[in-house]
Amino acid sequence: MQLEGWGRYPRFESEFARIDDPRALPGLLGRSRGIIARGNGRAYGDAAIGERLTLGALGLDRMKAFDPQTGRLTVEAGVLLADILAAFVPRGFFPPVVPGTKLVTVGGMIAADVHGKNHHREGSFGDHVERLTLVQPSGEAVVCGPHDNPDLFRATVGGMGLTGVITEATFRMKPIETGWIRQRTVVAGDLAGALKALDESDAATYSVAWIDCLSRGADLGRSLVFVGEHATRQEVASDLPRADILPQSRAGRLGVPIDLPGWTLNKASVAAFNEVYFRQGAKKSGTSFLAHWDPYFFPLDGVHRWNRIYGRRGFFQHQCVVPPFTAHAALSEILDRITRSGKASFLAVLKKMGAGGSLMSFPMPGYTLALDLRVTDETFALLDDIDRIVVAAGGRLYLAKDARQSRQTFEAGYPALGRFNDIRGAIGATGHLASHLSSRLGI
Amino acid sequence: MTENHKTMLLIGATSDIGRATALAYAQAGWQILLAARNTEAAQRNADDIATRTGAGVSVYALDILDSAAMPGFVDGLPVLPDTVVCVVGEMGDQDRAQIEPDHAAMVFRTNFEGPALLLGLFANRFLTRGSGAIVGVSSVAGDRGRGTNYVYGAAKAGLTAFLSGLRNRLAPSGLRVITVKPGFVRTRMTAGMKLPALLTANPEEVGAAIFAAAQGRRGRDVIYVRPVWRGVMSVIGAIPEPIFKKLKL
Repeated sequence: MQLEGWGRYPRFESEFARIDDPRALPGLLGRSRGIIARGNGRAYGDAAIGERLTLGALGLDRMKAFDPQTGRLTVEAGVLLADILAAFVPRGFFPPVVPGTKLVTVGGMIAADVHGKNHHREGSFGDHVERLTLVQPSGEAVVCGPHDNPDLFRATVGGMGLTGVITEATFRMKPIETGWIRQRTVVAGDLAGALKALDESDAATYSVAWIDCLSRGADLGRSLVFVGEHATRQEVASDLPRADILPQSRAGRLGVPIDLPGWTLNKASVAAFNEVYFRQGAKKSGTSFLAHWDPYFFPLDGVHRWNRIYGRRGFFQHQCVVPPFTAHAALSEILDRITRSGKASFLAVLKKMGAGGSLMSFPMPGYTLALDLRVTDETFALLDDIDRIVVAAGGRLYLAKDARQSRQTFEAGYPALGRFNDIRGAIGATGHLASHLSSRLGI
Repeated sequence: MTENHKTMLLIGATSDIGRATALAYAQAGWQILLAARNTEAAQRNADDIATRTGAGVSVYALDILDSAAMPGFVDGLPVLPDTVVCVVGEMGDQDRAQIEPDHAAMVFRTNFEGPALLLGLFANRFLTRGSGAIVGVSSVAGDRGRGTNYVYGAAKAGLTAFLSGLRNRLAPSGLRVITVKPGFVRTRMTAGMKLPALLTANPEEVGAAIFAAAQGRRGRDVIYVRPVWRGVMSVIGAIPEPIFKKLKL
């Protein structure tokens, strides 16, 4: 069948088989070479499209055990984050790390070692995984964790499914008093202001900046910085006396029923949107208010199939991270390129990162910038230019978002690649497990 | 979540509809008993439901074709449940059933004989106790026999008639019997089939509909999970036989 990522570029033909029971995996893995597991298809590019065979893990959707004393939760790898939130927010527990969408599987979160708005303080999802079960290419199931088979664990977290199929994982949920977030907005007039505001929010649990990519000159990088904390019961009782303290998910009512024509998001429409968004946000600056957990963490999940707004050709999400010392210069240059190119970016998100995790994990100390760009003939060259800036700054690109980076860019950004390849070789994964991403990047 | 001490027994606990139905009851605070032939697969669902809801869930072995073992199964349960839901179903292979009597017999027995015998035993015990509700998942396929699935359809028609009679017998005692006709459902049983979106429900929808019908105050007897099916089946039922027999359905 034809498979694509969330960005809808590129598309490839791949054989597809569903995993309904972990015990079926040895047989499935024996069927061919060029196999990769796929969760809910939220990686943007070609990471979850098998060279020959793609194994759909959504049938591994059973939760296994929960201990309310410790918050320790064990689930099969195809369980969606959305299901975890639906089951546990009403019981006063929240996942340790959530990415920008709840429509991802636990296996996918581990394979991409996802981060969230709390990375600067609490690390990536993989940092909270106590153990996982990995079915290796041989069909053998191996349990690993930070202390059991640590090398295999460090290759699997962030390893993009290239060490085996994750079937089960255990991690700790954190207790919350309420399902509400006390949010505060800080206005930053330019990029330096945004970086400074993020630095000053180090103590906050959650922080992220939204950059108006169309502002230029002295305003380049003008931003709204959103800071959040889990609200206390008292705060909710006083601000929202009639609200549910631990509310369920909020179902999205909007949807994008068709592919919009590519020109819908032109420079004028994005500029208008950004202007309104910025002004609305700036109005709220300084004051704090309570936001429901669902729209706070997952605003785009409310818009069903929002990836269609970029038209049939799809879009790139370009996400890089650069170290602190080079960040201001590199990010200014990137924003300047984007602004001058006139390629409207609907979303530009800036986030401060803390220490990195595993061998192939994306996070490293510094700042990460994510841009959305519609796929056009010119976008490729523009992003190649931006990649050169990232490499020169000592940064790297996020594999879960990637659909097009070169091998040179990739190799420059991931110094542990040699170690990773050695571990893959030792367990017979080389070639046996292969996605279009791994083939493109020569992994 | 509301706390109560009610117990439901789900027969056919490894099916997608069974899993979703048991989850709907567990979310409402019920204790869950799961019965299935494959207890290992049922335990996987039991752990899932218990983890998601905090409800107590336990698993019991049951072969729906083993009628001799049924009284022992019913008496071996820790409690006589307040509600019994039977979702057992096996479509079989119509072509094979036309030439292999044993296959056709298996379809008849799995869809009709086994569920009817077991629910009949619960009915007797519910009458003695003076309370209890029975939910049987039948099928729109039982509303009228069609050339492409009449072996399965005939078995479901039998179950529908059995449930109707049981309802008639229990109604004077105030006990409820509910017949559920899910229509098309996206499950492993129908994976790969082309199903019309408007007529096709998710297992979660079926589970919620069963819970709502059994707990609702409206006292509904026969439910079509998607109401559109009631209209579809009344049209199909109204076609005169001389015309119906010539249709390709």
